[in-house]
Amino acid sequence: MYDAGKIISGIIIFFILVSFPIWISAASGTIGDVPELNLPADEEQCVEDAEWMRANHMDLLIDWRETVVREGVRVYTASDGKEYNMSLTDTCLDCHSPKAEFCDQCHDYVAAVPNCWSCHVDPGGS
Amino acid sequence: MNALYAFFAVALLMLVAFFGVWGLGWNTLFAVMIPYAALAIFIIGLIYRVVKWARAPVPFHIPTTCGQQKSLPWIKSDRIESPSSTMGVVARMAMEILLFRSLFRNDKVQLEDKKRVTFQGNRVLWLGGLVFHWSLLIILFRHSRLFMQPVPDFMIFVRDIDGILQGLIPAVFITDIAILMALTYLFLRRVVFPQVRYISLPSDYFALFLLLGVVILGVLVKTAWKVDIEGVKVLAMGMFTFNPVVPEGIGPAFYIHIFLASVLLAYFPFSKLMHGPGIFLSPTRNLINNSRAVRHINPWDYPVKVHTYEEWEDEFREAIRGVGLPLEKE
Amino acid sequence: MPEEKLKPEEILDISYTPPQKDWIKPDVKFKKGSFGYAAQGKHLKYLDLPNPRDWRPQEDDWQLPEDWENIIVKGIKERLGKNRAFQLFLDVCVRCGACADKCHFFIGSGDPKNMPVMRTELLRSVYRKNFTMAGKILGKLAGARDLSVDVIKEWYYYFYQCTECRRCSVFCPYGIDTCEITMMGRELLSLIGINANWVTEPVANCFRTGNHLGVPPHAFKTSIDSALEDIEDVTGIKVDAPINKKGAEILFITPSADYFALPHWYTLMGYLMLFHEIGLDYTWSAYASEGGNFGFFQSAEMAKRLNAKIYAEAKRLGVKWILGGECGHMWRVIHQYMDTYNGPADFMEEPVSPITGTKFENARSTKMVHICEFTADLIHNNKLKLDPSRNDKWRLTFHDSCNTSRGMGLLEEPRYVINNTCNNFFEMPDNTIRERTFCCGSGAGLGSDENMEMRLRGGFPRANAVRYVHEEHGVNLLSCICAIDRATLPPLLEYWVPEVQVSGVHELVGNALVMKGEKERTTDLRGEPLNGKEGQEDV
Repeated sequence: MYDAGKIISGIIIFFILVSFPIWISAASGTIGDVPELNLPADEEQCVEDAEWMRANHMDLLIDWRETVVREGVRVYTASDGKEYNMSLTDTCLDCHSPKAEFCDQCHDYVAAVPNCWSCHVDPGGS
Repeated sequence: MNALYAFFAVALLMLVAFFGVWGLGWNTLFAVMIPYAALAIFIIGLIYRVVKWARAPVPFHIPTTCGQQKSLPWIKSDRIESPSSTMGVVARMAMEILLFRSLFRNDKVQLEDKKRVTFQGNRVLWLGGLVFHWSLLIILFRHSRLFMQPVPDFMIFVRDIDGILQGLIPAVFITDIAILMALTYLFLRRVVFPQVRYISLPSDYFALFLLLGVVILGVLVKTAWKVDIEGVKVLAMGMFTFNPVVPEGIGPAFYIHIFLASVLLAYFPFSKLMHGPGIFLSPTRNLINNSRAVRHINPWDYPVKVHTYEEWEDEFREAIRGVGLPLEKE
Repeated sequence: MPEEKLKPEEILDISYTPPQKDWIKPDVKFKKGSFGYAAQGKHLKYLDLPNPRDWRPQEDDWQLPEDWENIIVKGIKERLGKNRAFQLFLDVCVRCGACADKCHFFIGSGDPKNMPVMRTELLRSVYRKNFTMAGKILGKLAGARDLSVDVIKEWYYYFYQCTECRRCSVFCPYGIDTCEITMMGRELLSLIGINANWVTEPVANCFRTGNHLGVPPHAFKTSIDSALEDIEDVTGIKVDAPINKKGAEILFITPSADYFALPHWYTLMGYLMLFHEIGLDYTWSAYASEGGNFGFFQSAEMAKRLNAKIYAEAKRLGVKWILGGECGHMWRVIHQYMDTYNGPADFMEEPVSPITGTKFENARSTKMVHICEFTADLIHNNKLKLDPSRNDKWRLTFHDSCNTSRGMGLLEEPRYVINNTCNNFFEMPDNTIRERTFCCGSGAGLGSDENMEMRLRGGFPRANAVRYVHEEHGVNLLSCICAIDRATLPPLLEYWVPEVQVSGVHELVGNALVMKGEKERTTDLRGEPLNGKEGQEDV
């Protein structure tokens, strides 16, 4: 009694199940798509180094929010000494607008759902 | 002692990845080549091992019956614990695999005053095991967002449920805490309980430390040493199209996480971790208790030397005749 | 009993905390009272088994064949390829320890190598060394060890300290069944001429005469006849018991102890009275005069060699189906192995009770029905007149046999019979009955007198539960459906709970059965005064 049929089907079903992300991506035809960011043409430098911003912008924004709301301080001194107005809509989105062409690109890609937009509006959005 | 061997082995693996990335800058090796190799070993190894089991037949019908057989129609049979149909077996296996049914039976024996033993239900191990395995499954499922595009709402829903505590503590998932607690318990019981310490081998600790290492680094790259998650996903998706792009500026912690996970994957088919696939093939659990109703065939059955009636009668003919029992040959 | 009789508190002067030292270096002492004698050469010779000689386990030289290591390694390899359970169970254990305190021998001895996981590690370590990459490279670090004479000695000691009861497999999350490992271990030992006499001698007897006790046909007949006389003494009824009768509808097979030992004897009387009362057209067989199968405790091949007689005899006598008596491992073999070993039994018919017309569909392929299924069906269909008050002197509990509970699922039938034949039935605690039942501690060929201390230890958890119901409910009888139980529980209870006696279930049936034309019974089947009757006579 070998049950070869059952065992082989079992192995196949297992691999189909665990590889479901591939099937979903392949079916939607977006497997090779990567986010395309609309970067400002006239600015060289974000408030901090771009690499750092990629990983840590969420912490910076939460920090800004708390400093502004709780302490009433609106000026952020960056590590290079430059000063910025701590404002999502006025500072960040000044360069990175509309959000659909910047924020949403990566957020949608990695399925991150930030809660920025439950209070803020996207000035560049129509 | 056995725990120490395993600890050093895992520590060594971490150092290898750390120096490989930080010292030598072999980022592509650790982010691309090793994961590819680990995945290949996992797939081929898993198939090899399962096929090896499958090539050995189940010669006899040996379910462990844990309930009433199906016999007379008016006696209520236990259709799951003593399954009388394929559906019963499916239910039994599902309970075993999804809920760890057998482990749930566990009780602990205590000897009192050198006079009597008592039994107490003890489900800590069941709970620890169940929490660990389910957390692992949910965590792996959460990771699937890095491997698919677009990410389905269902996955986000599961993640949001898992992250429900994030209203209180940012970036924390229930399963992260749960798996760390469960793994810690599974490790501690091996060193604290003398019986379990006695039976534990270095490989038992190795698997635990490896998992702990993966989980701890995973939590760290999500909280303390944040990484560019978009870059990670571009890398992961690129692996499918055989065009992986290693992101810039990601610290060694991420690489150690990936490396330990790769080691775990490659180690899986050659270790006790095969208990996962193994349980599906366990003949004491996956057979219907119907061996008197349906004949089970042993493929290597062979004729054996028996003592035939004729030989027996020849030996005892006089005695049989003496007490007046019938004979074949007078 | 051991010569210097240990007191219970000395037996139980044990600890469940294993030593600090690891187990990897084989270490075994053959302590008097804790092992069985080795099989004598003449029995091996009779059965054509390898390396026949007389030897003693407690001596250094076991007189192994020259290339014994080769034989063992080849034997393992062959069995890995032939038995998925063996391979799987060696591979998938995670050493979680859930099985540790489920083994009656561990509970009764505290010996860490009696934890089921350790019993398997004794063999698994050799498997790792010879068949896994990690074991070959890492050796001890991977839990691997070399085969040595001391390892073989450990195997003999511990594989004959397992009663193949399967209790561990109920609790194992992967269903690892130490019984399978023990069976393989014993087969391997047998390949190099290491066997236990308590197994091999009955096997040789059974092969020759048809039963373990070596009862030749004339003595078999005499024995059955004398049970008939005892029945006449109790009931005044002359009962007939056909033997080797061709053309009978049913062949009845029971373990040989039933017709030769006490208290089995009263169960035998119960069967005979029942068959007479319902007018069953049946026959005994003097050739297939054994239901039990000690071959099962030696190797699958030996089990098949002995088991073959049952179907062969059914065919010769031309019966329609087979009825089997009360026995434990006999039923494991019949339920899970017989059809595979020696089937198909297509020369017989699907069993139908000639009295009630009930079809035993669950036995439609093997054509063999358990006496408790048969009797429960009779009772359910009101075919028996029963007077349970005749068992009123008994306050009884029921011991599930390992094999009928965990290898068959026969749980309710005997309880149904007991509840209809007795008034005072009390269950032992839940953790100790049904699929969690504790072994008598003497099954699977461990029931020899020289092994008594280990039997008392292994049987302690069972006795412990009996003592509980004795103290709680005044239980004075332990009923069971296993011939080994009936042979080994009396000395066990004599030691731990002397107030409790042992019986088969059909002894209770025989007592309660109101037979047509019987005289007023004054004694039970044991010849002891019936409840109250003695008092009345005295007035």
